[in-house]
Amino acid sequence: MNPEQKRLLRIIQALEFTAIDLTLYLDTHPADERALAEYNEVSRRLQEAMMDYQRRYGALKSYGHSPPQTRWTWIDEPWPWEVSD
Amino acid sequence: MWIYEKKLEYPVKVRRPNPGLAKNIITQYGGPDGELAASLRYLTQRYTMPTSQAKGVLTDIGTEELAHMEIVAALVYNLIKDAPLSQIKAAGLDGYYADHDRAVYFVNAEGVPWTAAYIQSKGDPIADLHENMAAEEKARATYEWLINLSDDPDVTDVLRFLREREVVHFQRFGETLNIVHEYLDRKRTF
Repeated sequence: MNPEQKRLLRIIQALEFTAIDLTLYLDTHPADERALAEYNEVSRRLQEAMMDYQRRYGALKSYGHSPPQTRWTWIDEPWPWEVSD
Repeated sequence: MWIYEKKLEYPVKVRRPNPGLAKNIITQYGGPDGELAASLRYLTQRYTMPTSQAKGVLTDIGTEELAHMEIVAALVYNLIKDAPLSQIKAAGLDGYYADHDRAVYFVNAEGVPWTAAYIQSKGDPIADLHENMAAEEKARATYEWLINLSDDPDVTDVLRFLREREVVHFQRFGETLNIVHEYLDRKRTF
């Protein structure tokens, strides 16, 4: 994985972590409008970052959730647990 | 339905083999307070939760626990994959090696395989949510003991992330318990 690819992946991981944490919070505080606005904003940024990454480096999601591809990138290495650093 | 995302929730860095550390960390894969137990417990309890918030919390925390299971597996896999047999023997992982080579299997730190008896799904939401709060505290404590045992700062960093998530989950289950209590009280009144 080249440094730029890794940098974009770290951004996605940070954005999605924020979305995960806000999801759990909103489950028990559904009326919190500020949290909902933050969730909407981070979701928008996450979708953008995911699309950008996947157009350059291939699918991050399967089952029809990634942008159109000209070759089957889903099985490109590395898999997430194949980490050297 | 679940969609797999081809990335870890939190990055894992492992620079050198450390089967001794893997032997202890594997308990958070297949031990009594581990991530398999957590995810399966919450995902199976959600069917009999009485409120929509509770169904949401159990679905979402159960799903996050699956991602944590993958992080723990990534740690264990990378800590043993290049370990020489001499290190595996010295770490007391030779019995595990006899059964699994360097594969990742659901056992506790002493090699006892995972059992559904670790978890409960009682049909009583108050009992289940109390179990879940206790489970989060037990998992938090386990991560603390693992942090005490860890001699690899990169691994410790991941263990700290996982420990913090247990704290957040405990908080959300506590709020869910209050929501369910209020719902049951209202039901009794009207």
